[in-house]
Amino acid sequence: MKVTKDLVAASATPMVLGILAEEDSYGYAILRRINELSAGELDWTEGLLYPLLHRLERLGHVKSSWQSVAGERRRKYYSVTDTGLAELAEQRRQWATVVDTLKQIWTGPGDAGLAIAGGLA
Amino acid sequence: MSTPDELESQFAQWRQYLQKRPELRKADADELEDHLRGSVDELVGAGLRADEAFLVAVKRMGSLDDLSREFAREHSERLWKQLVLTGEPDGAVASRSRRDLIAMIVCAAGAALSIKVPALFGMDLEHDMSFYGPNLGLFVLPWLAGFLAWRRGAPKPLIGALAGLFVLGAVAANVFPLGDQSQTLVLTTIHLPIALWFAVGLSYVSDEPRSPRRRMDFIRFTGEWFVYCVLIGLGGIVLIAFTFGTFKAIGIVPETFVGQWLVPCGASAAVVVAGWLVEAKQSVVENIAPVLTRLFTPLFALGLLAFLVAVGVNGAGIDIERDALILFDLLLVVVLALLLYSISARDPLGPPTLFDTLQLALVVSALAIDVLVLLEIVGRISDFGTSANKAAALGENVILLANLAWAAWLTLGLVRRRKPFAAVESWQTTYLPVFAAWAWLVVLVFPPLFSFQ
Repeated sequence: MKVTKDLVAASATPMVLGILAEEDSYGYAILRRINELSAGELDWTEGLLYPLLHRLERLGHVKSSWQSVAGERRRKYYSVTDTGLAELAEQRRQWATVVDTLKQIWTGPGDAGLAIAGGLA
Repeated sequence: MSTPDELESQFAQWRQYLQKRPELRKADADELEDHLRGSVDELVGAGLRADEAFLVAVKRMGSLDDLSREFAREHSERLWKQLVLTGEPDGAVASRSRRDLIAMIVCAAGAALSIKVPALFGMDLEHDMSFYGPNLGLFVLPWLAGFLAWRRGAPKPLIGALAGLFVLGAVAANVFPLGDQSQTLVLTTIHLPIALWFAVGLSYVSDEPRSPRRRMDFIRFTGEWFVYCVLIGLGGIVLIAFTFGTFKAIGIVPETFVGQWLVPCGASAAVVVAGWLVEAKQSVVENIAPVLTRLFTPLFALGLLAFLVAVGVNGAGIDIERDALILFDLLLVVVLALLLYSISARDPLGPPTLFDTLQLALVVSALAIDVLVLLEIVGRISDFGTSANKAAALGENVILLANLAWAAWLTLGLVRRRKPFAAVESWQTTYLPVFAAWAWLVVLVFPPLFSFQ
């Protein structure tokens, strides 16, 4: 199973902002982390990630700087800004609404999805 | 077995491919190279040989075409003219440009012929200005909009909307009984082409009408189009001079040919040709409009400030004739154009510079002048009552005032590093429909409102 393109695109911003809210990071590490957390189900391309990072920077949600951490190559690190945190909070609120709604639909009485899943199990 | 040196030379080679792409800047290439190295390191750690790891890592990164297309979407200011948004492979480019050329020739010929159609009914440019004036945009701009819509493969509903707008414009210009000497005739003559230009804009952004980046591209398009028109016009003057001179030398005066055919047909065709040139980026002038704004922003800022100082020293408001009032309106429009083009040319990620401060000075002084002009107009309306002209001027100044005031506020935020440049940019792209709506309002509502006077 792979997650559809639309869903990936919609969820990319809060995921990147969320990861950067934990700690500053760089492109490759962000991609690895997404891959790990989703157990390989979310397979982002570079063509998705880097333009997204640059867009978030243009909007003022993240800042970037080239840094050399001891023992590593010089890298472009991204960090989240205050407006980025505000945006993240807003996105979380919206996602919570979506997820809650879906949960109620899918676990309601006579739920078709559950019946199918049960049948398969 | 590959050595570290071989691996490095592979990286260098890959890097060269990357740098051939105008979508990617050096910093992007650095960032992507770091990504590739991270990927290679991990694969080597998992037991692959270095050269295998390199191949797998490059493969994983996906095709450079896809990658650069995504970069182009985000950074459209870097190469807005070459945007490969149609997503065609390289091989199709040549045949594409040939088809573009043919479509352009058809549309330009259509525009040139359209302007001569009324001549079949015995009208001519010299004696029927009250017909030609308001209709001028209608002869030419549908062809330009058609060319752009064709090039974008515009969806059917959009083509319907475009057709509707042009028909609406034709109704406003010809069904209303505008008096030959009336103010509303002049207002329609000025505002209809502007209103129709926004219809051209709609066909320009047809793939993504709501995208601020595409709207910004249309602002760039307008600037470059204007520059190309001026250049073609200059060439036209040279052509006319030679036509006149050489034919006169053999005893023929080509006045009718030049006045009735060469000038009107040439000018109409030029509108389409200029649009095609911008699209096809046959760039004699690579992004000249932004360069011109860089030159003229400081000069205009100085001029406006000097004027304001003079007003302050004189101690009187601007008390002037109607013609001069129009001059001030035009001045404000020029300032707005300067503002828009410098915004469209600016690197969105760059930190605030001295130029942004200059721009702030320009906007604030324009704002002050706008207030002076508004006071004058309101004064005239309360003294002499309202008229179509005064109402139009009042509305335009209020619209400009709102735009400039908020632009000044946002630019101040930018200069003080409180707001990102994107805020300034998106304010202007969001505001574009307001201008369009106003132009259409003047064309459609003003004539009946002022009983066609």
